[in-house]
Amino acid sequence: MELNATTIPLLFFVFVLAMFLGVELIKKVPSQLHTPLMSGSNAISGITIVGALIASSREGGTAIATLLAVLAVLFATINVVGGYLVTDRMLEMFKTKAKDGGKP
Amino acid sequence: MNPQLIRGLGYITASIFFIFGLKMLSSQATARRGNRVSAVGMLIAVVTTLTAMEDIRWFWIVFGAGLGCVVGVLAARLVKMTAMPEMVGLFNGFGGLASLLVGWSEYHGKWAAADPVSLFTTVALFLTVLIGAVTFSGSLVAYGKLSALIDGRPILYKKQNLVNAFVLGAIAALGILFCAQKLDQLSSGGSALVYLELIGIIALALVLGVLSTIPIGGADMPVVICLLNSYSGLAACAAGFVIGNNVLIVSGSLVGASGLILTRIMCKAMNRSLANVLFSGFGSATSAKGAGYQGQVNPIAPADAYLILEAAHNVVFVPGYGMAAAQAQHVVRELGELLHDNGAEIRYCIHPVAGRMPGHMNVLLAEANVPYEMLVEPQDVNPTMEMVDVAIVIGANDVVNPAAKEDQTSPLWGMPIIEVDRARTCIVLKRSLNPGFAGVDNPLFFKSNTRMLFGDAKASIASLVSEFKQ
Repeated sequence: MELNATTIPLLFFVFVLAMFLGVELIKKVPSQLHTPLMSGSNAISGITIVGALIASSREGGTAIATLLAVLAVLFATINVVGGYLVTDRMLEMFKTKAKDGGKP
Repeated sequence: MNPQLIRGLGYITASIFFIFGLKMLSSQATARRGNRVSAVGMLIAVVTTLTAMEDIRWFWIVFGAGLGCVVGVLAARLVKMTAMPEMVGLFNGFGGLASLLVGWSEYHGKWAAADPVSLFTTVALFLTVLIGAVTFSGSLVAYGKLSALIDGRPILYKKQNLVNAFVLGAIAALGILFCAQKLDQLSSGGSALVYLELIGIIALALVLGVLSTIPIGGADMPVVICLLNSYSGLAACAAGFVIGNNVLIVSGSLVGASGLILTRIMCKAMNRSLANVLFSGFGSATSAKGAGYQGQVNPIAPADAYLILEAAHNVVFVPGYGMAAAQAQHVVRELGELLHDNGAEIRYCIHPVAGRMPGHMNVLLAEANVPYEMLVEPQDVNPTMEMVDVAIVIGANDVVNPAAKEDQTSPLWGMPIIEVDRARTCIVLKRSLNPGFAGVDNPLFFKSNTRMLFGDAKASIASLVSEFKQ
């Protein structure tokens, strides 16, 4: 997105609303789920992979800029893939009695 | 279709998936699906980005992403459940590092091409590299402390706050210089200097991340992990401002907000302010201890503990970090089942800050197949604690320390605890009488209804289990 006097306030607008939304979404989470919630949201913070992808293929980018961007792709991917898988692994273990048909 | 339009629609779809995913993560019944919904959102965001890009350096992207996938899958599959806190911390650090690198790469490209950079962009860049670097080095220190690669105790030295203030001041000064760079500076002789300023900011921010994490003790790690989680989101958000990308801003601020809320919940559970957690070096050798408690300690042998448990109708387990350290969760579940078969009501009461990350004990007990309904919070047990025949404390200390409500001079004063001292009998499994991580003496050990079962938690529980089986 081109950054100018019209788009910059829009970005802030999005930012403020998303912060409020985040607060509302998480406010009532039971403490049993704190760990998966944290690692799940941690995986979302790997969204920076989008920025890394864009930066890696910038027109006329120098070798160093590309190298930095590829490293960013690498680490963001670890964050995303690892984060989601680890969360899934944890949540797989959270079983209820009903599902198990009594004790394991 | 217009690539701009495709991108916009794709990013909105991805954001909706993230929002629903987070929403579903906050209820046990939908949590697993929620995580997958959010993962699909990520896939949509990535595919959208690639579709809307023109020249794609496929080789490099496949290289970076492929290697990242391999590392991520291996790490996620191989990590032990007890090592989860440090793994989450490490992933978090990588997220911060990625944001830092995105900002740096973005600036390098503009710098090399002598493209003018607006004040807005330089401020956003400054914040991206600052938060990203602090997240990265802070997470590495947290990783080191949690995995016992470095000493988990708070590291304090004289004039610590002065040193931190100096580093922070230097970052601010460099930041102002960097942000105020003249547009024409890039094409004139000043450009090398501006670039050095950026490098200086990155270096100092890395130092700041280390300095601000080392004074925090192991028992306060849940707070730090939450805070770093929040930072990694904010770093992604700042990177979104640098490149003018909505989806980064939305997801980054969602994560930033959720991390802040969790941080607040953790602080409340310890009755301390965030500033106190971050700056006080709580639990260090120099901090004030409660009055030294003295009195009669009643040790107990497993055979006698068995007799008490055999007659109990209402048993509450209170696990702490010691259970994780001894890997005792499976034998604990086995003992719980035996007691249940013996006719006792079993509950596992988990304090919000027990262990080294939020919900640490819940994950371990879930791994051992303890049903979700048996895991309860302190406020579910405390009001009826008198009805509890036996409370078994496994490697927990500060979260059951009655000094929090009896001794105003105690550093723990005011912290909401699990009031096991009010149970009819309290069996404490512990290696020795040493104080817990916070270094605060625990009067619980000297109460007349407390029995100390000394030894390794896993071995002690295992011997109780074998008593039952005989």
